[in-house]
Amino acid sequence: MAELSDQELVARLQGGDKSACTICIDRYGTAVYRLALRLLKNEADAEDVMQETFLNAFKAIGSFEGRASIKTWLYRITYNNAMMRLRQKDPALLSLDETWAAEDGAVVVPQQLFDWCCLPERELTSEEAREKLATAVTDLPPALKGVFVLREFEGLSTQETADALEISTDLVKTRLYRARLQLRENLADYFAGAHASGA
Amino acid sequence: MNDATRQTCQQLLGDLSAYVDGEAQTAVCAAIEQHLAGCENCRVVVDTLHKTIFLYQQLPQPDLPAGARDRLIARLEIEPI
Ligand SMILES: [Zn+2]
Repeated sequence: MAELSDQELVARLQGGDKSACTICIDRYGTAVYRLALRLLKNEADAEDVMQETFLNAFKAIGSFEGRASIKTWLYRITYNNAMMRLRQKDPALLSLDETWAAEDGAVVVPQQLFDWCCLPERELTSEEAREKLATAVTDLPPALKGVFVLREFEGLSTQETADALEISTDLVKTRLYRARLQLRENLADYFAGAHASGA
Repeated sequence: MNDATRQTCQQLLGDLSAYVDGEAQTAVCAAIEQHLAGCENCRVVVDTLHKTIFLYQQLPQPDLPAGARDRLIARLEIEPI
């Protein structure tokens, strides 16, 4: 059987076909879970948000108009659900996020100028370095993290990311850049420290 | 670092995002490359920024936990949608 197109999938979901729900989960469940996990840092919370996202999506599928793709739409619901959960858990975190959003126009000035590019591959890809990379992403402010994860990990275009997060394409570009600079700074500090200590 | 150089570093930083993605206009690319040839600090930032992006693209992605799919499908069975 030829694989169902996203359009056909949506039509079947809108027609109340339960088997289409399973197809949708198999197609996009992992992507939804990954975004939730990056945003929430915690597997149990990420699974809860994944469940809520699909339940919300299947309930609201009648209002899906197909202006964005179903995948982008699912990401949007995931992001909103994850944000709601973050807000419940830690209101302070979100004011921090708003501060970041307010700084979208500011220039980021790199501080750490240690040149770690030519460190041996085994140092750059060590288990510890990988953990550092993963933690640095989860520690990004949510506004930057959403953009970074969708663009860099999930491979969405600038336009798709803008649709998913309901922000402008210019803001996607600015936030992606800020996220990358912040991660660079983070890694530069780490590699400078590791190098100095002879690790 | 004199003021003229610092000004150029800041301008360069503003255009860098499009540059690392290969989306900057030709004239912008040329200006950036000319600046990089004479500015060690910016060269380090650009090189390490490229490397940062590369390392992230190599990072293994998390998978669904065992049973997560089936737990979701089981929940759909009991909750009317
Ligand atoms: Zn410079």
